[in-house]
Amino acid sequence: MADLTDQIPERIPINLVVNGARRTLEVAPWTTLLDALRDRLELTGTKKGCDHGQCGACTVLIDGRRVNSCLTLAVMKDGAEITTIEGLARDGMLHPLQQAFIDHDAFQCGYCTPGQICSAAGLLAEGRARDADEIRELMSGNLCRCGAYPNIVAAIEQAMSRS
Amino acid sequence: MNNFQYSRARDVADAIRLLAADPAAKLIAGGTNLIDLMKENVERPSRLIDISRLPLRDIEETADGGLRIGALVPNSDLAYHPLVEQRYPLLASAILAGASAQLRNMASVGGNLMQRTRCPYFYDTATPCNKRSPGTGCSAIDGLNRNHAILGTSNSCIATNPSDMSVALAALGALVHIAGSSGQRTVALTDFHRLPDDKPHLDTNLGDGEIITAIELPPRGFARNYSYLKIRDRLSYAFALVSVAAALELEGNAISEARLALGGVAHKPWRSLEAEAALRGQAATPDHFGRAADLLLQGATAHSHNGFKIELARRAVVRTLMQAASATPQSQAHKKIA
Ligand SMILES: Cc1cc2nc3c(=O)[nH]c(=O)nc-3n(C[C@H](O)[C@H](O)[C@H](O)COP(=O)(O)OP(=O)(O)OC[C@H]3O[C@@H](n4cnc5c(N)ncnc54)[C@H](O)[C@@H]3O)c2cc1C
Ligand code: SF4
Ligand code: FES
Ligand code: FES
Repeated sequence: MADLTDQIPERIPINLVVNGARRTLEVAPWTTLLDALRDRLELTGTKKGCDHGQCGACTVLIDGRRVNSCLTLAVMKDGAEITTIEGLARDGMLHPLQQAFIDHDAFQCGYCTPGQICSAAGLLAEGRARDADEIRELMSGNLCRCGAYPNIVAAIEQAMSRS
Repeated sequence: MNNFQYSRARDVADAIRLLAADPAAKLIAGGTNLIDLMKENVERPSRLIDISRLPLRDIEETADGGLRIGALVPNSDLAYHPLVEQRYPLLASAILAGASAQLRNMASVGGNLMQRTRCPYFYDTATPCNKRSPGTGCSAIDGLNRNHAILGTSNSCIATNPSDMSVALAALGALVHIAGSSGQRTVALTDFHRLPDDKPHLDTNLGDGEIITAIELPPRGFARNYSYLKIRDRLSYAFALVSVAAALELEGNAISEARLALGGVAHKPWRSLEAEAALRGQAATPDHFGRAADLLLQGATAHSHNGFKIELARRAVVRTLMQAASATPQSQAHKKIA
């Protein structure tokens, strides 16, 4: 097979709106959105846990929908609006979910927390969870190795009841 | 991940042209399976053809009262579509039993049909695997095979197809619409996936250079008497050991139509027309359900670690048919098995 290496583009220009700000960057096609956010835009709130869609630590919102940024190529999201954990607070006020996680002590080490909160923000927007069982099921894509699950569910219930 | 070229397809014809121009290129839709496999070096495409922006996102009613679903409809949008919830709740339930909310937001209908096996040897490039590297052998047959197939296996491969959605689609009699350089064709979902025989590197009958454009559901939706029961090692976010899609039409307690498909047990969703025929005209009783389960599982064979699946599948079939008959489908959120 012909060696295409020297023709392969290392830099493709893309535009993203990240947490409300327009960002232009050049990425290699194999750069994941997760790596672009962390390594290029220095938004390290979004965490890399498994890098394979199995833990949810990398959850962000794309055009308002929660997704795993580790299984998303940045180049495919040219033009998209991305919200990360850094973009949830407004005017110096924590997002109700951030406040609820603090109120309920819904973390221990905190590594899964940005993904949990972004995922919960997606869950609230979807409007499909009505009780604790449904919250647990629809949050199952976010693992917590510290086992803070009961408090995470309680925090989400609080934010749900106030939204 | 290997380095690769990237092209954004302008339309379906463009995607087909790009595929024809580079046999080592691959389509990418949601990316949730392909990027994972590329990170493992199992897939090493020379080029990714991004089809995610193609206008294949509609869900529309067909002239005969069925539903046509574009290949790029996200799994979550399909499961939550009002017409699917009302008329094809079996499909909605099966989709919601799979993966996680985030993954379902990304995963496309076409990609779900094309997702590859979760056999751990397929993922591990240090081990022989006929599916990944034809001719190298199968590590699972004499290895760890607890999750592997009990039906339709071959001496070359005992892998299972991991899709939940496909199991419901098989029971519902869905069709797959395909486009390629020589035109369009339609195949039944049950003929779309194939058994491994001596060519396990081929999961489906999709030809080189072809693209799935849509799936189609026939009018009959079994919205009253259905259930999807998925048995797995943890309650959510895990692949099936065994899953069952069951759909009935009842006149009183007599079965007038029955559909039954198994997941997690074979290289494709497993349906048996004989088992379904045996249910027609019978009373909806556990005895009759047990007989149908035996027919469905006819020829099942165990490997060293997966013998439990045969009895598990038998019991799951009976239970799922009972749930369907009593119109108490398995909830995918409240996990108690009724
Ligand atoms: C952690 C994890 C857990 C999961 N759990 C489950 C589960 O429990 N049940 C379940 O069913 N699934 C599960 N999945 C799998 C998931 O459903 C699939 O990854 C998803 O459906 C693939 O869709 P995609 O659009 O992302 O495909 P992609 O990754 O984009 O593509 C997959 C394959 O399909 C091909 N393809 C895509 N679109 C087309 C088209 N239109 N025509 C022809 N070829 C096409 C691509 O070339 C590629 O080979 C899980 C995945 C992960 C990562
Ligand atoms: S079962 Fe199939 S996929 Fe698994 S190792 Fe054997 S050949 Fe490979
Ligand atoms: S880092 Fe993306 S799911 Fe684990
Ligand atoms: S708080 Fe430690 S992993 Fe969740």
